Amino acid sequence: MSEEQIKNLEAQFNARIERDEKIEPKDWMPEKYRKTHIRQMSQHAHSEIVGMLPEGNWITRAPSLRRKVALLAKVQDEAGHGLYLYSATETLGISREEMYEQLHTGKAKYSSIFNYPTLTWADMGAIGWLVDGAAIINQVPLCNTSYGPYARAMIRVCKEESFHQRQGFEIMMKLAKGTPEQKDLAQDALNRWWWPSLMMLGPKDEESIHTEQSMKWKLKRKSNDDLRQQFIDQTVPQADLIGLTIPDPELKWNKERGSYDFGPINWDEFWQVVKGYGPCNKERIKARVGAWEEGEWVRDAAMAYADKQANKNLNKAV
Amino acid sequence: MKNNLYNYILGIADNSLILGQRLGQLCGHGPSLETDIACTNISLDLFGQVRSYFQYAAKIAGDQRTEDDIAMLRKERDYKNVLLVEQPNTNFAFTIGRQFLFDVYHLAFLTELQNSNDFTLSVIAKKCVKEVSYHLRFSSDWVKRLGNGTPVSKEKMQEAINGLWTYTDELFYQTNADKEMVFEGIGVDVTKLKNNYYSHINNILLEATLEIPESKWFQTGGKEGIHSEHLGYLLSDLQYMQRTYPNMEW
Amino acid sequence: MKKSWPLWEVFVRSKNGLEHRHFGSLHAADAEMALENARDVYTRRNEGVSIWVVESKNITASNPSNNGELFEPAQDKVYRHPTFYKLPDEIKHM
Repeated sequence: MSEEQIKNLEAQFNARIERDEKIEPKDWMPEKYRKTHIRQMSQHAHSEIVGMLPEGNWITRAPSLRRKVALLAKVQDEAGHGLYLYSATETLGISREEMYEQLHTGKAKYSSIFNYPTLTWADMGAIGWLVDGAAIINQVPLCNTSYGPYARAMIRVCKEESFHQRQGFEIMMKLAKGTPEQKDLAQDALNRWWWPSLMMLGPKDEESIHTEQSMKWKLKRKSNDDLRQQFIDQTVPQADLIGLTIPDPELKWNKERGSYDFGPINWDEFWQVVKGYGPCNKERIKARVGAWEEGEWVRDAAMAYADKQANKNLNKAV
Repeated sequence: MKNNLYNYILGIADNSLILGQRLGQLCGHGPSLETDIACTNISLDLFGQVRSYFQYAAKIAGDQRTEDDIAMLRKERDYKNVLLVEQPNTNFAFTIGRQFLFDVYHLAFLTELQNSNDFTLSVIAKKCVKEVSYHLRFSSDWVKRLGNGTPVSKEKMQEAINGLWTYTDELFYQTNADKEMVFEGIGVDVTKLKNNYYSHINNILLEATLEIPESKWFQTGGKEGIHSEHLGYLLSDLQYMQRTYPNMEW
Repeated sequence: MKKSWPLWEVFVRSKNGLEHRHFGSLHAADAEMALENARDVYTRRNEGVSIWVVESKNITASNPSNNGELFEPAQDKVYRHPTFYKLPDEIKHM
């Protein structure tokens, strides 16, 4: 194909997206579109399954049966979300094995927030409230993204996600209104998870390299800084409502902007964690690699059995 | 009679509680995402059953105790689950083996419990039968896949069945409370389930090209509160929050 | 070369009377596993009364580059749509 032809196709392609048409798996797409989507979607999927680990940590120790089943269901949903997203990414021409390999070798990233440890039960509340809260802010706009399979996966995810945040906030609310010890637990968890949650919305706009292209393809609707501001503005009143204090001495309502001013984020910490030096990076990857490698004989057995059954049926037919 | 009924319910529910707890440990560590979701589903079913049973038991007890008190605040010797369900998640073959050996019993037991003179128990059983039919389907399919998959999987599956076999007989043991409940038409006479149990298991094992272990000596004690060393550690996780932060609501 | 679990497409009928709709895909070693996995992954919230699973390789898809010849001719056959036909307002039930 000549450069001229490709330019034409690209122009038509971009026009389709501007008309709010969806791109489906077999449609022609610029190589950059394919690669960018593979990267974003697979990293989204990796985040879901790595995200199972910090919360899965507290399943056996949930303080009540009701909390236990809710947490089990939430973590299970995350596995499901990973699955929807991996499946959607596979439509772009990459296999599940390749994606796992990228995750396990560090070639692909996942949301850095999951490299923090869950130290107390209250962390379950903080994660549901803050981390899922931030995730929802990112995810709702994606329900309308240009790539069909991604949009459909996100619609499913968002439907299920709303229970996650409510569950988390309910946990925090109960703690904050409980005994002094419980309130301490809640405040302590908020102290530890607040800043990482802000960082979860990504680096500052000036350090974010992919934004413009992503906006055109509806992979991104708002900039990182805008999303961060939205998150803060919606969350601070929630904390006020349950009597918890956001751990930011510079947090202040700005009447002119109609938004909260907030203190400086420790970007060194962010980049340190992203580069692999957070508190739990090694453990998270070890767990995922372990599960995959220890499971190899199981997956092989299932294939061998399936082949045997298929041959048996073939022989019967003959 | 009230005491016997209460203890009888705990005897049923504790199996689901401990097995559910074991499966909960696996979340995020399964051999594939799909099996992870499946095992978690089973765990959720089991905890759902536990909640139904314990809420009923709490009602029978008639004091302030809640489902959580019953689940999380008993002493080691007061748990009545069979030894089979507290065995550890050694590997996926052990997880499946434990599940399978329990599911065959569990389905047969619940099928009978539907006829209980106790209305609540019969209703719970009717609901659970559907769930447990699915559990058995899942675990049987995997026994066959692993038994008749690769040489490696066959070896592991055989090892698991051999290792867990010694815990099967206890399923048909009756405590005094059990006998009392059978007499009242409330409980299931599990001794009557034994023959079908082993013949069903044998059929699946043969289909899975596995050997049926030689039954020499069987372990018992769980139903009387004499457990393996595993249970203590399992309980310290299960009970941690309730013991460390007593008398609080979550 | 090691074989990995093939990809299956999942179709679910959410209620009797409705058609099966494509819900997504998953990996399974055989059809039985695919059904069980589909049940676990896609129907946890009471979303289904019937599941179909099809190995992805068995799906034949139309080629979008042929969309012109496949689908455009239908666009101008408006006489296939009820709104093409103008009837007096007095006629009911039609």
